[in-house]
Amino acid sequence: MNKTAMTGMEGSLAMAEAVRLANVDVVAAYPITPQTHIVERLAEMVANGELNAAYIPVESEHSAMSACLGSSAAGARTFTATAGQGLELMHEVLYVASGLRLPIVMGVANRALSCPLSVWGDHSDVMSVRDTGWIQIFAENGQQAFDLTLCGFRIGENEKVLFPVMVHIDGFHVSHVVEPLYLLEQKQVDSFLPPFKHPFPLDPDNPVTVGAFAVPILYTEARKSMENALRSTRPFISYVFDEFAKLSGRQYKPVEHYRTEDADTLLLTMGSYSEIAMEAVDQLRDCGEKVGLIRIRLWRPFPFGELRQAVENCQTLVVLDRCISPAGPPGPVCSEVKAALYSQKKRPNVAGFIGGLGGRDLYVPEFIQMVERGRVIAAQGGEEIEMIGVRG
Amino acid sequence: MSARKKDSEITWQDIDLGAVIRTAGNAAEYKTGDWRSEKPTWNKDRCIKCGICALFCPEGCIHHDKEGYFEADYYYCKGCGICARECWTQAITMGPEE
Ligand code: SF4
Ligand code: SF4
Repeated sequence: MNKTAMTGMEGSLAMAEAVRLANVDVVAAYPITPQTHIVERLAEMVANGELNAAYIPVESEHSAMSACLGSSAAGARTFTATAGQGLELMHEVLYVASGLRLPIVMGVANRALSCPLSVWGDHSDVMSVRDTGWIQIFAENGQQAFDLTLCGFRIGENEKVLFPVMVHIDGFHVSHVVEPLYLLEQKQVDSFLPPFKHPFPLDPDNPVTVGAFAVPILYTEARKSMENALRSTRPFISYVFDEFAKLSGRQYKPVEHYRTEDADTLLLTMGSYSEIAMEAVDQLRDCGEKVGLIRIRLWRPFPFGELRQAVENCQTLVVLDRCISPAGPPGPVCSEVKAALYSQKKRPNVAGFIGGLGGRDLYVPEFIQMVERGRVIAAQGGEEIEMIGVRG
Repeated sequence: MSARKKDSEITWQDIDLGAVIRTAGNAAEYKTGDWRSEKPTWNKDRCIKCGICALFCPEGCIHHDKEGYFEADYYYCKGCGICARECWTQAITMGPEE
């Protein structure tokens, strides 16, 4: 157990501190709100000699991810961070990172997408990179930003895994909030995080062809191989969470439960709004309501088994999406949850809500409203998009 | 990726991590000759051995024969016709592929 005293630190700086403790070799990044503090702090650490790494100040996010490909392929521990439009700009390169199995760790300070221009938080950027083949983990506060960044390196770089990892923190609600949190000592991190060794690094003495094209007779096999590998990382991810718990006393799970015992209604959230949802659950429990909360911590690979198990005994499941799929099913998280439950004989009625877009705050009354309204629309099996906290 | 198997026999389990190719130079195994719908043939009576056809061939598959004239390796020649277009003595004719 870590006995270090709590430190007050902004979420972005906590992530940067984790990257420093991970003794990263290369940071290639371009500043963008609300991620900027992460890479600004890392640039400062490199300039001050607190971190012995190469900091590559690139001219765009596309270049940032491209530089990361090169450094990771050379066997260097590599970090970058981005948000919103920046994530969109590096989009095509993200597929290359996972296709080449390069364990880059990237912090994403989740942000809405233009237009209208918004620098504030939601999950529009995350959902657009859902299928890029990255492991994706959601942190909901500064402590988790620190912890899960360290877990990200340990997971991604393991020879059983070798996939890039996104650690999502909600823009502003996590990235810019100063919170008390526990850090770890360098020697603790060193014991948790072995050196990175890529099995086929760029090496003139042992040349390999990296990033070749695949003709139609091979592309399907290559994609199947990659998909199977990503799916197979599930047990190791849980193992790393358990190992981290031994080190820190903080246990993470692919799907986490809050007061779910005997619950007839469950809320389901990802990211920082989970904390407000917990408060709403407490208040509803105080009124005798059997309500609990499920938080999806691991977005990819999707935790099918854990999710099905978590919701099997409830009647109503109320899902909050911080992203809209225009003229599509109500929310990407909700539609994935529904898809995961469709094959189950015993499954809850599901209601989806869209809210918290572009930095809009949701408070306890909105979560209570979602529970009440959710019970009604879930029973009706409604498919129309319900937005929470929208005027008019 | 296992270089010895034919492409059509490679399974997804055979694909190396990150789809890297561990055997150097195996692009030489890739047959582009079956893309060909027209085939270049050389008329030695017109050829002045200038080598322009070999320089322009995008496949790099034109080489000297024993007498110093030029010919294509049809395993790779994809029938693009660039050699015939560039030859200034019209020594190369594109004819239909059988
Ligand atoms: S047809 Fe094209 S590929 Fe074939 S020998 Fe001529 S230039 Fe080369
Ligand atoms: S370009 Fe024409 S003349 Fe020149 S070497 Fe080729 S075939 Fe002969």
